Amino acid sequence: MNSFTKYFTDIFWGFRSLLIGMSVTGRYFFSPGQIVTQQYPENRKKLKMFERFKGDLIMPHDEHNQHRCTGCGICETNCPNGSIEVISDRIELPDGKKKRIIDKHIYHLSMCTFCSLCVKTCPSEALDWDQTFEHAVFDRTKLTKILNKPGSSIIKDIE
Amino acid sequence: MAFNIYDFTSFTQSIDQALYEWLPPFWALLVEMTIIGLVFLLFYAIVGLFLVYAERKVCAFMQNRVGPNRVGPYGVFQTIADFIKLLMKELVYIKNSDKLLFNIAPFIVIIASFMAIAAIPFAKGLHAIDFDIGIMYVIAVTSLGVIGVLLAGWSSNNKYSLIGAMRSGAQIISYELSVGLSLLTIIVLAGTMQFSQVVEMQSTGWFIFKGHIPAFIAFVIFLIASTAETNRGPFDLAEAESELTAGFHTEYSGIKFAFFFLAEYMNMFIVASIAATVFLGGWMPFHIYGWEGFNHVMDFIPPLVWYFGKTAFVIWLMMWFKWTFPRLRIDQLLTLEWKYLLPINLVNILIMAFIVLMGWHF
Amino acid sequence: MKEIINLPVQSIEEEEYHINMGPQHPSTHGVLRLVVTLQGEIVKKLQPHCGYIHRGIEKMCEKDTYQQIIHLTDRMDYLSAHINNHAVCLLVEGALEVEVPERVKYIRTILDELNRIASHQLWWSSFGMDLGGLTCFFYGLRDREHILDIFEESFGSRLLHSYYTPGGLMRDVHPNFQKRVKDFLKYNRKKIKDYDRILSGNVIFLERSKGVGVLSKELAINYGVTGPSGRGSGWACDIRKKHPYAMYDKVEFREVLRHEGDTYSRYMVRIDEMRESMNIIEQLIDNIPEGDFSAKMKPIIRLPEGEYYQCVESARGELGIYCISDGNKNPVRMKFRTPSFVNLGVLDKISREMKIADLVAIGASLDLVIPDIDR
Ligand code: SF4
Ligand code: SF4
Repeated sequence: MNSFTKYFTDIFWGFRSLLIGMSVTGRYFFSPGQIVTQQYPENRKKLKMFERFKGDLIMPHDEHNQHRCTGCGICETNCPNGSIEVISDRIELPDGKKKRIIDKHIYHLSMCTFCSLCVKTCPSEALDWDQTFEHAVFDRTKLTKILNKPGSSIIKDIE
Repeated sequence: MAFNIYDFTSFTQSIDQALYEWLPPFWALLVEMTIIGLVFLLFYAIVGLFLVYAERKVCAFMQNRVGPNRVGPYGVFQTIADFIKLLMKELVYIKNSDKLLFNIAPFIVIIASFMAIAAIPFAKGLHAIDFDIGIMYVIAVTSLGVIGVLLAGWSSNNKYSLIGAMRSGAQIISYELSVGLSLLTIIVLAGTMQFSQVVEMQSTGWFIFKGHIPAFIAFVIFLIASTAETNRGPFDLAEAESELTAGFHTEYSGIKFAFFFLAEYMNMFIVASIAATVFLGGWMPFHIYGWEGFNHVMDFIPPLVWYFGKTAFVIWLMMWFKWTFPRLRIDQLLTLEWKYLLPINLVNILIMAFIVLMGWHF
Repeated sequence: MKEIINLPVQSIEEEEYHINMGPQHPSTHGVLRLVVTLQGEIVKKLQPHCGYIHRGIEKMCEKDTYQQIIHLTDRMDYLSAHINNHAVCLLVEGALEVEVPERVKYIRTILDELNRIASHQLWWSSFGMDLGGLTCFFYGLRDREHILDIFEESFGSRLLHSYYTPGGLMRDVHPNFQKRVKDFLKYNRKKIKDYDRILSGNVIFLERSKGVGVLSKELAINYGVTGPSGRGSGWACDIRKKHPYAMYDKVEFREVLRHEGDTYSRYMVRIDEMRESMNIIEQLIDNIPEGDFSAKMKPIIRLPEGEYYQCVESARGELGIYCISDGNKNPVRMKFRTPSFVNLGVLDKISREMKIADLVAIGASLDLVIPDIDR
């Protein structure tokens, strides 16, 4: 008798658990308000990344086309992947002293692992993250970027 | 009776007579067969494509997603785009496969499901053939598909396919029984195997209500067993994506894969329409005994709407199963059949026979 | 060369055949290859072949400074990146005897636990999917998204954070952090009930998981199966209890233990662990002290000469780091004891005489992360 009742209670509890499971999916089926999918290319205008999102390495320039990079090369040594190349020049100042300035700050997006060490270690806070994320290109040379803009110079008070 | 306002009998019969008047009998038959074949082929393609779309939408909504929404409004043309893609894909030739069997397997599967539609009544007077033993015929024909599955698995020269095919064989052979027996319960109640009469008898109330609890139990069993028979839902062991990659159709590509895919959905449509016809009254409107006014209003809804509505409901139930439950294991699958469904089914038939004998049904 | 490519295959009995699960297979979650010897559907033997995504992380560590090593450990067990980072940070801090600020400890503990929840949620999703319940996959990912948003807001990355540095954190957490975490906890408590309703109580799931792949306590200890998988066999091996780090000795939490050792108990341990993690976070989130987000560290870290070992409880088990330093700015040898690799070892033992469908369930219940195996 025991196994006989067990047979039917098993069926009952089994069905009950199945119905409970179905109630979950059924509830979602009838509440389309809970849909979480984002319509990506359509919502491009509204889509806003978090302000700290690490999308692309940039060197912020102010309105006079000036940046803060001294060309010290610390970011280059700190980058674990060699994604940064700093090419610096030495120029002679009017008072005869020699000074190092940045010629090209080359950033290889394709080799970057977004570890943020360069941003953190830069002594003059010359680097920052941008929130762009649409990085797909047809030609990978486009992923190599020169961060200092042409004709830019360094902000005066940075040593 | 009132539901005859949407009677198709005279329409189909006039076509039939006209053909026989114009042409000698042989040619008339041939033309008739061709017309029916073409109509069904078109119907088949449309229903198949629509079901694929519906399934994707239903599962998307259950999973908090939107589903296809790129091709056409709400993505309705997505399946057509997919179909074109499948048509253009390469048919991969498998080394050391049994070429003949490999090539005919998809056709067997699709023909089996194609044959079954013939017996299904869509509305009064709207069916290809009205066999005396229609239910029997459908049961027999739908189980032919497994041959195609077995051949596909065997000839692919792939171990995954073989395991999938063997599982499918064991599964369909066992679940055939339950499908047959649960339909038998209703046959006991109806006293006929002819689809048109089964429907006709439900004008006073659908069998699922008429037959008390046994009919309801039979309906539940039929749902479970037919889900298993179509290799769907929690019973998709033959495909078992996470275990066997794609089971018996692992090696198929292009249009041959599309055949399997389409056949799966058509089988679902067929079992759903059998369930709708046998348990839920087919094209018969919803009638409550004694409420004349209400019944009359119901009669104005065309039978095709009733039929497709009921079928869609059953299909939706089956999709709901599939997108909720985890998959069974092969031994549990067989346990479910032989230890639970079959004994319950047999007892159920006895009870039903007793009820019919005592005249307790409505 | 030929010998290397043709890996030795096991001997084969009559009526047995091999089947290659992987490197490309839906249920190995990556490029793991299992050569399974089957008899019918029954698994007779199983031989894992790993190394398909070996990247030589241990060797790469030898040329990197300790700050740089952090970003490599992210890529081992990418689902518990914070916890991996934590291990390196603790190792360096321990060796240099640096005391990190309280605030850092609090935030690290919270983030570790969030990471653990996120990892378990992804595991739950893929576990459901492996058993054929595809809907679970989307529910798990949907809820995990909220944790990733918390991460993204604070430090801009969702999966591979590299947020901890030796001595502290990269930057302070976002002002919204506390509010978001609290919102998430409220949300997640509701959703975990859904998990139970849709999978944990389901009769098919119970049939599939109970008594499948029983891992006895002895076997777990012998093979060193740690983490939720080991605790499912009744082995109290939680590093957070045994060798507390960060805030774990100050907060109250239960070490979830189950004794059956089957797939179901491993499953339930993880589900309960999610709840425990939420308890831990609840205790900490309101009392994060003000203060610095990093201790003062030298720009170039040199560990004193010697050998160091540091273990943490990652989402999969004990993650141990063994490091030899000769006083230079990069280690001489760095060895990671990754939990997935060790747990993989027992797969053959517990899946013998089981069905191939069980093998999938067992593999999923061990929660293997392939990059963690191959490193
Ligand atoms: S984020 Fe890391 S990898 Fe990328 S450029 Fe900066 S230091 Fe190099
Ligand atoms: S970006 Fe910063 S660290 Fe890099 S060269 Fe310029 S100033 Fe130096």
